[in-house]
Amino acid sequence: MHLAYPAVLAALLFCVGLYGVLARRNAILVLMSVELMLNAVNLNLVAFDVWLRDALHSGQALTLFTIAIAAAEIGIGLAIVLAVYRNRGSSAVDELRDTAEGPDDPDDDAEGVAAEEPAPAQKAEAAA
Amino acid sequence: MTTTTLAVLVPLLPFLGAVAGLLLGRTVPGLVRPLAVLPTLVALALAVLVAARHGGGADIDSATELTPTGSVPIELALHVDGFAALVAVLVGVVATCVQIYSTGYLRDDPRYPSYAALVSLFTSAMLLVVYSGDLMVLLVGWEIMGICSYFLVGHYWETPEARAASLKAFLVTKLGDVPFLIGLFALAVDAGSFRITTVLATVAGGGLDHPTLIALLLLAGVAGKSAQFPLHTWLPDAMAGPTPVSALIHAATMVAAGVYFVARLLPVFAASSAALVVLAVMAAVTMAGSALAALAQDDIKRVLAYSTIGQLGYLTGALAVGDRGAAVFHLLSHGAFKALLFLGAGVIIHAAGTNSLAAMSRMKGLRDRVPDAFWTMTVALLALAAIPPFSGFFSKEAVLGAAEHAATGHSETAPTAAGWIVLVAGLLTALLTAAYATRLWLLAFNGKGPEAPDHGRQPITMTAVLWVLAVPSLAFGLTVGVLPDWFDGHSLTPTLTTSVLGTGFALVGGLVTYGAWRHTTALAVRHPMGAVAVDSGADAGQVEAEAIATHAPAYGDVAAAHDPADPGRLLLGPLHRHAAVGFHLDAVYAALFVRPVQAAARLVRFLDREVVDTYVRGAGTAPRWLGAAVRRAQTGNVQTYLSALLAGTVVLAVAAVLVATAGA
Repeated sequence: MHLAYPAVLAALLFCVGLYGVLARRNAILVLMSVELMLNAVNLNLVAFDVWLRDALHSGQALTLFTIAIAAAEIGIGLAIVLAVYRNRGSSAVDELRDTAEGPDDPDDDAEGVAAEEPAPAQKAEAAA
Repeated sequence: MTTTTLAVLVPLLPFLGAVAGLLLGRTVPGLVRPLAVLPTLVALALAVLVAARHGGGADIDSATELTPTGSVPIELALHVDGFAALVAVLVGVVATCVQIYSTGYLRDDPRYPSYAALVSLFTSAMLLVVYSGDLMVLLVGWEIMGICSYFLVGHYWETPEARAASLKAFLVTKLGDVPFLIGLFALAVDAGSFRITTVLATVAGGGLDHPTLIALLLLAGVAGKSAQFPLHTWLPDAMAGPTPVSALIHAATMVAAGVYFVARLLPVFAASSAALVVLAVMAAVTMAGSALAALAQDDIKRVLAYSTIGQLGYLTGALAVGDRGAAVFHLLSHGAFKALLFLGAGVIIHAAGTNSLAAMSRMKGLRDRVPDAFWTMTVALLALAAIPPFSGFFSKEAVLGAAEHAATGHSETAPTAAGWIVLVAGLLTALLTAAYATRLWLLAFNGKGPEAPDHGRQPITMTAVLWVLAVPSLAFGLTVGVLPDWFDGHSLTPTLTTSVLGTGFALVGGLVTYGAWRHTTALAVRHPMGAVAVDSGADAGQVEAEAIATHAPAYGDVAAAHDPADPGRLLLGPLHRHAAVGFHLDAVYAALFVRPVQAAARLVRFLDREVVDTYVRGAGTAPRWLGAAVRRAQTGNVQTYLSALLAGTVVLAVAAVLVATAGA
């Protein structure tokens, strides 16, 4: 079998996965797209391993590693998605924007003062 | 103990007293007064002992190298000749009197400990200047006096007058000190040593390369310190300090330091006849101008301040005609009676509650309230006016005699021109001096109007020292036969011509003022002045501070009052307006120096704020804008970030491929 077939298939798979990661909103689908990309890589590894006739079959061995790590990754990923869904009632990736910069500058000083203000009140309560 | 040890102890004791006073002043308040008075008193006793052992005989010289400098060594040297021994005694007497007086005068002052310590430090610096045989060590004492004067003039720093006066005193004297320092270096380079004895030996051998330049540079420092024209303007303003400070620093000792310095190095100045003529002109302008200004002042202390400037003019005049014996003789007698005048003025200000002569001339019976001050000040004013047989007569006639000696061409050092300048100015000033002394006496002690306020007797510490100082004012002239042994050996006894002339001028001045006063005193009753009599329940220092602070609001000016009953106004006529403000010299300085400096300061401020700061602010603003732009990319959408990452990767990959293919 010519090397072109698995290589083109792997490229197509990778592109589909890339599209899913960049464009899908559902976090689970994003994770699935990641799996597609990983598997495209796996396909490449196996195909080149055969084509190069590697005596040690390091490509196949590396594929096994990738599968194991992908399993671990998807486990943690799903756990995170589950936690996010429980907290927010949604797992849409584009709604998770807590790290975004606000429209106006977050003023450090004002926050600092606001954080310090309640301290005396708490002390007073503690004293009472 | 050897005389050298004693002489070393004289400046050292007040210094130790000052250090102890500064350290213990707050913790042990009971020790402050003994620590202020006793070291000065002991130093006085030692100075008297040193003078007695010296006895007009051989000079005492002693030196130890202080620091090797590589070129001209600086030595811790002692040089006690007749001048030094006697001036040290004068400093000791006045400083002791002032310290004792201050215990009463600043009785309730919260800053008394630091005040007393500074006065001690000042005394020690002055004694160092007097005894030092090395010009660098002398300069140390010279500058310590400058800074002490700054602190003490600004003692009442709550008032703007005192703050301004202390700054002015410091800056103006420093203006003279810079050329003075350069002059000292030039002198040391020419002579190869800072030792006074070596310098004088070099001068005697004609080893000075630039005598005129050196003398003129040194004269600048002397003019600043001794308040000679044109650097005298700080002295009248320095009256914002407490009266004892005025008595010690601005009458008897510090201002005499410049004259004393010239007296010590007179051969250096005598080596250049141009310098002597400059000195004579300076003295003449100072004498006549300050006497006219004194006649127009309303503040009793400013009258005395201008009088001090005038008497210092006599001292420099005597030096200009090459007779340092006469100069130091007048320095000694003037130190005694001027200290007495200032301390007496302090008592009067306390009793009257005002420093304004116009207000005093409308108080009846002020002389009965302060009999001690009345009698002692009468003696001192007679000495100031040079009426025989008081001390001022003998010393002033010695100066005039020396001037006549030079004018008639009998002096080997001084040019004839200098002699004539000093003689004419001296006689004119003798007339004016008698006039303002009479005016002060008449206005202060012969007021008509409501009774002077009665605040009970003045503290004994303040009145006793007046009598102590009255003794030399009265009888110092008797030493005229002995003093030449201590000095250069010139006779100091008054000659007939100058005595008759000088006394005649003085009598005319006094009588004319008396006549003018008789004419104007009737007006005094018709023109009541708003006398700002301060409540004298407080101690004298606070009364004086308040009196100075209220003078300008009450009379419109810090120096003069619009009093038609003032004999000075009648005598000076249209000149009065100009004399009252010191002939507008302050305005000239303001136009020449103060305003350009302020404009330059504004320019620097503009350059700093608008130009330099723009770069600094720009260095902050540009990254902030950049940051704001970059922050916009931070949308929080992970997929956007990944897209950017992918785009970047593709660009890098394409670039890498292009580079690889181009290389191939």
